[in-house]
Amino acid sequence: MSNVMATTMLSVGETLATAVGHPVAVSVAGGGAAGELVANVSPEDLTAATGALLGLGARHLMLVAYDGDSARRAGAAPAPAPTAPAVEEVLAVPDGPIVRFRVELPVGDPAYPSLTPLVPAAQWDEREAHDLYGIVPTGHPDLRPLVIHEPAAPAEPFRSFVAHGDGVYQLPVGPIHAGIIEPGHFRFSAVGESVLYLDARLFYTHRGLERLVEGRTLAEALPIVERACGVCTVTHATVFSQAVEQLTGTEPPPRALAARVLLAEMERLYNHVGDLGNICAGVGFNFGVSRLGWQKERLLRLNEALTGHRYLMGVVAPGGLRLDLDERGLLGLGPLVTEIEHEVRSTVRLLVRSDGFMNRLHGTGVLTREAALRLGALGVAARASGLEMDLRLDRPAGAYRDVYVPQVGASAGDVAARFHVRAQEASGSAAIVARLADSLPFGDASVPLAGDPKPGAVALAGAEGPRGASWLWLMAGVDGRVARVHLRSASFANWPVVASVVPGNLVPDFPLINKSFELCYACTDR
Amino acid sequence: MPLDILRRLITPLRDPVATSRYPEAAPLLQAATRGLPEIDPARCENAGACAEVCPTDAIELAPVASPDGESGEGAQAADKPSIDAGKCVVCAACVLACPNGAIKMSSRVELASQSLADLVERAAAPGEPAIDRAAEDRARAQILGRFGRSLHVRHLDAGSCNGCDWEVAALLNSYHDVQRLGIDFVASPRHADLLLVTGVMTANLQEAARRTYEAMPEPRLVVAIGACAISGGVFAGSPQTRNGVAGAFPVDVFVPGCPPRPEAIIEGLLMAVALPPRTADVVVAGPQ
Repeated sequence: MSNVMATTMLSVGETLATAVGHPVAVSVAGGGAAGELVANVSPEDLTAATGALLGLGARHLMLVAYDGDSARRAGAAPAPAPTAPAVEEVLAVPDGPIVRFRVELPVGDPAYPSLTPLVPAAQWDEREAHDLYGIVPTGHPDLRPLVIHEPAAPAEPFRSFVAHGDGVYQLPVGPIHAGIIEPGHFRFSAVGESVLYLDARLFYTHRGLERLVEGRTLAEALPIVERACGVCTVTHATVFSQAVEQLTGTEPPPRALAARVLLAEMERLYNHVGDLGNICAGVGFNFGVSRLGWQKERLLRLNEALTGHRYLMGVVAPGGLRLDLDERGLLGLGPLVTEIEHEVRSTVRLLVRSDGFMNRLHGTGVLTREAALRLGALGVAARASGLEMDLRLDRPAGAYRDVYVPQVGASAGDVAARFHVRAQEASGSAAIVARLADSLPFGDASVPLAGDPKPGAVALAGAEGPRGASWLWLMAGVDGRVARVHLRSASFANWPVVASVVPGNLVPDFPLINKSFELCYACTDR
Repeated sequence: MPLDILRRLITPLRDPVATSRYPEAAPLLQAATRGLPEIDPARCENAGACAEVCPTDAIELAPVASPDGESGEGAQAADKPSIDAGKCVVCAACVLACPNGAIKMSSRVELASQSLADLVERAAAPGEPAIDRAAEDRARAQILGRFGRSLHVRHLDAGSCNGCDWEVAALLNSYHDVQRLGIDFVASPRHADLLLVTGVMTANLQEAARRTYEAMPEPRLVVAIGACAISGGVFAGSPQTRNGVAGAFPVDVFVPGCPPRPEAIIEGLLMAVALPPRTADVVVAGPQ
C-alpha cells in the first residue's frame, strides 16, 4: 500500500467516524488506478456517511443492489440458507479514491433510508434497485416503476407526472417515434409552444441483461455485456475486460492496450461525427446531415477493415483482444482518418458560419454548471457546461496513461456548446487514432487469464465512451462465473439531466436538445 | 455572409458521386469482413468445440451414426455441423475454438430468407445472392406493381441494442441511399407498406409493437432484421424478452446479421417486395 493511499484511508476513515459518531472500518480493495476504499456501513449510517464524502467533493457513481441469489452465486452461503441482500453506494472523490459503502440489509425487510433527497443523481439507481431486486429506499420521492413497466402489484400502475393549470395541455410522444430511433415515452406539459414540464418514461428496450448474465461464465457474459449498446461496444467490452483483469490479476500485452485505445477513439470518432450530422437533422439542415453522414459511413468502413465489424464488436476481451487488428486495415488508417477529420472540420466550419443554423443552437437546452453537478451529468454534456470531467484524463487506465488527450470544454451549456465540444473531441480522437495506427506495438494481442477470480470479489472499472464515463461493477461467483454485474452506462446517468433541461424550451426544440446530448436508450435500459 | 451561402452550394458540387450501385454491384466488403462462418467438410471432425462455445447455440452438430450402422437422418447430406444464420452473431468464437482450423469467417453477408428453416438451408448452400444483380430495374418494377409508386417503410425498434437501428439509418445516407430504389421511410405506420423490425421484442414493448402493426393498412409486409429479431440473439432466454418478433406478428422475410449490414437489409426489402401478396393477415399473439 502506498503512503498516499494509507493517508487517504486514514482521512476518509476519520471523516466518516466524525459523521456517523463511531469508528468506521475502511479497507483497501481492487486494483483500480486511484485505488478503492470499502467500508461496511449500517443502513442508518448510509446517509450520514455519504454526506460526509460529498463534503469532500465526492460524486455519486452508482448504486448497486443485489439479492440473496447473487450472494449465493458468489459462494456466500450454501444454497438453502437465507443470504442477505445488500446495496452498495459507490462514490468517487476527485483526485482521490473511489469509495464503496457496502450496506447489508435484513433478509425479510430489505429497506434503507433513501439517498435521493441528499443525492438527486441516485434517483434512477434506487428505482432500478427497487424494481429488479425488491430493495426499498424508504423516503424516495418517486418510487414509480422504472424498469419493469407492469409490476407484480397492478395497484401501482405507471402514472405520468404532469403540470396543471389554465392553458396547460399534455403532449404525449412515443414510445414509437417518427424517425429511425429507439423507443421512449415523453409526456410534455406545455403552454403554447413552451414546455413547462417533461416526464420521460424509458426502459422500453429493457432486455434483462444483468439478470441474464448472472451465473454465466465470464466468456459467456462478454458478448451479452458488449451488446448492451450497439454503438458503445468497445467501451462496454473494455470495462468488462478491465474488471475481469483486476479480479484475476491479468496484465494485457502492450499491443492490446494500445489497440483498445485506438478502437475506443474510433468509436468516439464515428459516434461524434454521426451526431454532429444528427444535430443538423434536428434543425432540418440537410447540408450537414448528408455530408457528415457520408463521413460516418467512411469511418464505419474503416472499422470494418480493422476488425471485420462495422461497429467493432467481438474484438476487446479479458486478457487483451479476441481478434487482433487486421494489418491491412491498419495500413493507411492514419492518413484516411486524418483526411476524414479534415472533411468533418471543413463542414463544421461552414455550418457554424450559417446564422440560421447557429440561431437554433445558441441558448437552446441550457444545462447550467450547477445542475450538471447536482444531477451527475457526464461526458460531452458535463464538459460543455464547464465541468472538467474526462476519465481519460482523470483516471487513465491502460494505454491512456501514455497518450496525449487534449482537454476540451465549453461553458455555455447549450446545444451550441455541446456541438463545439463534440467537434473538437472528434478532431482529438482522429489525432490519437492517426498516431497509434503508425505506432501500434507488435507482439501478442492477448494473454491467458492469470487465474480464476476469487468468489465474492468485486471489481470496478470505468472508461470514457462517446457518451461519457461508463462504469461496470462485477462480483465474481464460484467456478469463474458471474455473481452479479451492474453496468452504469453514461446514458443512464445523463437521461434525467436531459429531462430537467427541456422545460423552458420550445416543444419543437426537443429533438434538437435530445440529439445534442446523444444518449442511447439501449444502454440505459439494458 | 453571402460568400458562405455560395460555399455551401458549391462544396457539394465538387464531390464525386458516392452512391452505391447495390444490388447491381456486389456489397462493398473489406478483406477482414466477418460474414457467416463457413465449415470446411474436409477438415471438420464434427467434434463439437464450435457448438460448445457458440454464444447463441447457432451451431448444430451433424447427427452421429448409431451403433447398429444406420446413420441418422440427413447424415449423408451433410456430416458437418449446420449453422443457423438467424442465430449467428458473427463473433468468430467457433473459428477460435475449432482445433482443426475447419471454420473460417466467410464474406457472405446476403442471407435473407423467408422462413426460419430457410435461414439454416441458405446458410448451408453455397452463396448465390437471392436477387438478380442485373435486375435493379425489375426491383423497381415490382415495387411499382405492388404498391403503386414506391415502398413506404416504417421502422419499429422492438428492443434492439441500437446496432441494427443505426444500420437502418445508414440506408438513408448518401452511400446506401435507398430512395434511389423507390424505398422511403415514413413517420407513421398508417402510411407504411412494410414494417422493418429490429430487436428482441421486450415485454415492455409488446403492446406498442402490436398497435403499430395493427395501425398499418393492408396489404402489409413485415421484415425482421438482426439476430435479436429472428431468435432473440444473445438475449435469448431472458424473461424480459420474447426471443424475437415472429410470435407477435407474421414475418415475411428474415434478415440475419449482428447487425445486418445495409446491403443485407436492402436484399431483404427487395425479397419481401417480390413475394406474392398474403391473402389474410392474422395476428398470432398479443393481448387484445
